[in-house]
Amino acid sequence: MIDVKSVLEEIKAAPYEEIVITAPHTGIVSFEVKKTGVRAVAPSGAYLEKPGTLLASITRERNVKPLHATVSGEVAIIHLERGGTFVDAGTPLLVLRHYLTKDEVVAAILKRVLHLFCAPERAKYYFIPSVDIKIKSGGCRSVTVRPGMELFIVSRMKREKPLAYEGPEGIIYAVYFQHDDNVEAGQPLIGVCPGSQTGLIQDVVNRVHSDWEEHA
Amino acid sequence: MDTEKRIAELSERLRYIRDIFGSRENANITLLESKLREFGERERLASPQEVVRLLQQLEDIFVFLEKKLDAELSAMDVVRIVRHPQRVSLKDILENVYDNYTEIGGQDEYSIDPSMLIARAYITRRRGDKVHHQPVMVIGQEKGHGQEFRNGGSVKPWGNAKALQYMKVAETEKIPIHTYVSTPGAFPVEDYPGAAQQIARNLYEMAGLKVPVVSVISEGGSGGAEAIGLSDARLMFSHGYYSVISPEGAAAIEAGIRQGQRVAPELIAACASRLKMTAKDNLSMGYVDRIIQEPHLGVRSWHYDFFKILRQEVIRATDQVFLSITGMKFFRAMALGRHKDVSPADAENMYVRWSVDEAAAERLLWRRYRKYRRMAENAFVDSRTPAERLYSRVQGLVWSGYSFLRYDFLGKQERRLSKALGEVEGELRVVVDKMSAPLKKITRRTGAPVCDAEKSRMLTELSQPELGACLEDWGWTYISPRAREDRAVTCPNMKQSGCPDLWAPDLFGDFAGVCSNCGHHFPMEYQWYLHNVFDADSLHEFNVEIEAGNPLDYPGFPDKLEEAKKKTGKKSACLTYEARIDGKKIVVAVLIAPFRGGTVGAAEGEKFVRALARARKRHYPFLAYVHGTAGIRIQESLNGLIQMPRVTMSVRRYIEAGGLYLVLYDTNSYAGPVASFLGCSPYQFAIRSSNIGFAGPGVIKETTGIDIPPHYHNAYQALTRGHIQGIWDRREARKNLKNALLTIGGRNLYYR
Repeated sequence: MIDVKSVLEEIKAAPYEEIVITAPHTGIVSFEVKKTGVRAVAPSGAYLEKPGTLLASITRERNVKPLHATVSGEVAIIHLERGGTFVDAGTPLLVLRHYLTKDEVVAAILKRVLHLFCAPERAKYYFIPSVDIKIKSGGCRSVTVRPGMELFIVSRMKREKPLAYEGPEGIIYAVYFQHDDNVEAGQPLIGVCPGSQTGLIQDVVNRVHSDWEEHA
Repeated sequence: MDTEKRIAELSERLRYIRDIFGSRENANITLLESKLREFGERERLASPQEVVRLLQQLEDIFVFLEKKLDAELSAMDVVRIVRHPQRVSLKDILENVYDNYTEIGGQDEYSIDPSMLIARAYITRRRGDKVHHQPVMVIGQEKGHGQEFRNGGSVKPWGNAKALQYMKVAETEKIPIHTYVSTPGAFPVEDYPGAAQQIARNLYEMAGLKVPVVSVISEGGSGGAEAIGLSDARLMFSHGYYSVISPEGAAAIEAGIRQGQRVAPELIAACASRLKMTAKDNLSMGYVDRIIQEPHLGVRSWHYDFFKILRQEVIRATDQVFLSITGMKFFRAMALGRHKDVSPADAENMYVRWSVDEAAAERLLWRRYRKYRRMAENAFVDSRTPAERLYSRVQGLVWSGYSFLRYDFLGKQERRLSKALGEVEGELRVVVDKMSAPLKKITRRTGAPVCDAEKSRMLTELSQPELGACLEDWGWTYISPRAREDRAVTCPNMKQSGCPDLWAPDLFGDFAGVCSNCGHHFPMEYQWYLHNVFDADSLHEFNVEIEAGNPLDYPGFPDKLEEAKKKTGKKSACLTYEARIDGKKIVVAVLIAPFRGGTVGAAEGEKFVRALARARKRHYPFLAYVHGTAGIRIQESLNGLIQMPRVTMSVRRYIEAGGLYLVLYDTNSYAGPVASFLGCSPYQFAIRSSNIGFAGPGVIKETTGIDIPPHYHNAYQALTRGHIQGIWDRREARKNLKNALLTIGGRNLYYR
């Protein structure tokens, strides 16, 4: 109970995600952005054809590769001392502060609060057909799960076996895997909300959607 | 009542005049405005008779000033006249010029393409006391008066396909076709059948259409106009325009702006006048045959006198075409043609049969070919001396004679003989086989056939064992100069395919510009293909002296041309070679991208036509290798645009004589050439990673407002849409070309 509210408070304290932009490969760095606080935009256009803001460029063997911002945000830290010098691959160059949008905040909260059922092994996961139909027609919130019920089909190397759900009873609130996508071991598959907490979580989600001010 | 109506009419006319002249200040217009206002004030005070008199005076002033303004029209004003919603449309013409018509090809918004209107009409002619209905197929773009669903006359590819269908119907029914061109341009969408390919198909079919076509141009916007504009008689409205590109497009290219920015209106007006797109310019350059004089400041739907004139002009033009191909025509032709000032009213009182028979159809096609062949003959620079010209003329004649003798005259007999002999041999063989079958059964040997020991050793062992088993591959004959730089290159597909960076000497040297991971083809110089695809030292260039010029005296263009000529070392964007590939002779025409983007102008068209003629006379296959083309050269306007139908007609002539016409696209091939002489080939291939289309992404966004997906013009997309027949890897171009010649070339390789 208190968990949800405290999570929200936590996120409110630092409403951004810090993304460290590292050098993709060795080379000589030259920064395009010279000071912090500069806004960066994500790729835009109907087909994302317009690249994001040019932050820096790395030259290796007289080949200049531009580094564009992948998400929108504000430049927090620039390691300007590295400008014009040779850097190795993986050297941090910039820290981009991406202010969370409403959807991202909600997703973060849900990830922390819901009970996550994780994948035991690296494989492709599918819902069993009856559950799949229900989800496709009614959305993911229409399925109640009970511990011990057959919920998933694990498919690995074309061999399939069923997987039972373990954990508290409740409704599926979020699905974290795609059809035909490999899921690593330990990654969450679904987020389950116990029946008692549904109201509370919905409350908080609504609050976020209405109150959260996105950093302009 | 009446006065109010007349005043409303006058203010409407004033509004029209203001629309036409745009933002330009003109003393006459202000005068008209003040007169109208004055009249409004005086009307209240004056008596009815006084009012009528004043009104009459006002109307006379209007007429007088309209005449004066007509003389001051600039090219941009003409463009505005043509685009005005009150401009006469095809439906008006059908109502007023033709005696009766039925609209086929759809109805208003329920047509497959509302911007293309097709109708079956007839014109009544009198012969003595009898009255004849002469049927005609009328095809044209329809803008409607403010009808949005007509897309402003911008025809989609399926609209052009419909027009072609009905042109063929007219050919079957042996009736003439009247086409009315009023389009700002074709709709640049690539969905089947594809804007460029359909226009090319239209041009190709019209080149061989066995019925006369008379076209009347009101607004001729480049490719869209050409799609139905290839004709035997070309008329043009005096206040129309016919140009390779809209003034806005030309201004945008000149200013070099990116999407979304605006161009100054003065630049647009300047471009409009530089492009020489008005009727008078076209007549003086010989691209239209006659101008139909419109009433002052452009014809609108209520100028009924004009329709009478239009009717007579159209009848006269059709008569002239028919008379030029029939037998008995002396007096009528004299009456029609000799005096240019002869009133066209005579045409209606004459009677000319509008029908074609086989011989007349042949003559018609030949005259059409000659008409277009002669156009733009002075638009390029031919720097040969008269002696050289005479020599090449004579050479051409000798080859024509030889070719005629060998292939037409003797060849025909030879073919007939070999056919007969072949049939006889086939029959005999069956009979002989059947008869000797029992004999063969007796003498058949059992066991495997034994091969000669010496022969078997030669077949299985190396002929020169000291050289070793591996073939030495010395690499490419021509290596790009970019292979000498010591640098790394990133493949554009890095994000999708995870290609590592390539080292330039490897990439442009051994790999021939192909990414070793994903196969993306980097653009390669045209010399690479010339030296690596064709046999070494087999290239022989001809018609080198034909230079690109500046026929419209476009300001600033000679410098750009000089720069291009110096940079590439070539005199035009088209290079024609006679080459060999694996010993087989072939004529190649290359459109090179470094020269002004590979744009086609009068010189390039002429070189193409001459190369096709050469291939036809010598019976060689023809390859059009398009290294890159950006369309028709804008600075040459009509001189370049007319190459579209002109070269297509030469292509048709070549193909009908039995030639093999192959096209190979590389890097970027857009607009004009693809929509005419390249797109009409039945065998079009592309190098991987090339872009083929009608209009570039910027133009599409500007004209249609649609955001196109990335890689919209990619070769694979073109292949999926059926525009091209195959995609070749650059390194296998030589092998594939040889294969194409073998498999598509047929039994005799060169000709059927």
